[in-house]
Amino acid sequence: MPWLDLLLGLTLVVTAGMALAARDMFRAVVMFIVFGLLVALAWVRLQAPDIALAEAAIGAGLTGVLLLDTLGYLRRPFGSRVDNPEERE
Amino acid sequence: MSSALVFAWSGVLLFGLGLFGFIAHRHLLRRLLAFNIMGSGSFLVLIGLAQDGRGVDHVPHAMVITGIVVAVASTALALVVFRRWYRASGRTDLPEDT
Amino acid sequence: MSLRIVSAALLCLAVTGALAWAVLDRPLPEENLPERVAAAMPESGVDHPVTAVLLNFRSYDTLLEIAVLLLAVVVALALREAQPDRPEQMGLENPLLRAVMAWLLPLILIVAGFLLWAGSYQPGGAFQAGSVLAAAGVLLRLAGVTTAWLDNATLMRAGLALGLLTFLGVGLLVMIPGVPFLTYPLEYAGTLILLIELTLTLSIGLTLISLFRLTPPYADDPDEAREQQGKTP
Repeated sequence: MPWLDLLLGLTLVVTAGMALAARDMFRAVVMFIVFGLLVALAWVRLQAPDIALAEAAIGAGLTGVLLLDTLGYLRRPFGSRVDNPEERE
Repeated sequence: MSSALVFAWSGVLLFGLGLFGFIAHRHLLRRLLAFNIMGSGSFLVLIGLAQDGRGVDHVPHAMVITGIVVAVASTALALVVFRRWYRASGRTDLPEDT
Repeated sequence: MSLRIVSAALLCLAVTGALAWAVLDRPLPEENLPERVAAAMPESGVDHPVTAVLLNFRSYDTLLEIAVLLLAVVVALALREAQPDRPEQMGLENPLLRAVMAWLLPLILIVAGFLLWAGSYQPGGAFQAGSVLAAAGVLLRLAGVTTAWLDNATLMRAGLALGLLTFLGVGLLVMIPGVPFLTYPLEYAGTLILLIELTLTLSIGLTLISLFRLTPPYADDPDEAREQQGKTP
């Protein structure tokens, strides 16, 4: 049995679950970035260094920056037009 | 169980988890996260199954690389649309969902 | 609410079960793709199998993927132009980032160039190099460095389309001797692939940068933005 791969695969699922279940949006995004880096590790274990490079640069790096940037945009005061303040976080 | 198959299985679980998150969450940003997790899951299934017991296969590698780049482009586009929507309505979810 | 969650959970369990069944019950492939790729490598013009698949054996896929990227940027730009609003001030007020960028930028550019060059014989290539280039652009943007050439709308659009146009042009040019679309002649294959990769790197980088910047290139005057922020606090 490939124990290291089992552990990594399990960690992937747990991290994805934490990204989806996190109450705080910022936490969710950070867990998602961690998830992207772990997927890059999985590509290395699958002997696909090309995908690992692309995933680390794009999946974790650029997507993370895009999401964090949007979070900053959401946190900006918007006035009184927010209908669901508990969702704004 | 080969190590490729392990990742194929975790890809299956990730896809299911992502699908659940995609349906259960109303916040559009969370849906985008869930959608990306679904995408990663399907990439893992694609590579894991192709390499199970047969060694490295470069054809699905190339497909997944293009897939990752398209995924980030669509995520970025979705964020542009989402920001527009937030700007126009002040909401982070869709009225159809509530 | 809870009914929705329960039905979603049931649906996802069903989908996961179906997927698991598909994994367990998968048919054995009739073609041995790794062997076919290895056999065709001498005709590809490069030494790295992934690059050979991306830009020679399955170049149609890559061509259409670049078209998808361009389409995404066009839609993003169209959204900005239909409802023009003020560009956000994206620069983080951080002098340290600016100072570090002066050191980092040449390094990042060298890494991007290396990745591009390495793609012909080892892991690397246009996509990785393009995303590293995009990272440089994003960092510049975060550091608040004004990049006048990025704000030139015509230049920007030319750069965005350059990759797809070169790819299409090469694909059409090789048809002159009477071979199918995108079938490179053996002796020029390496050079043509490198040319396509070079322009793809530039276009992919610019695509990701402009998707990040969100603003149409011409409405990006920091003074104007500051003035506007003063008007509408």
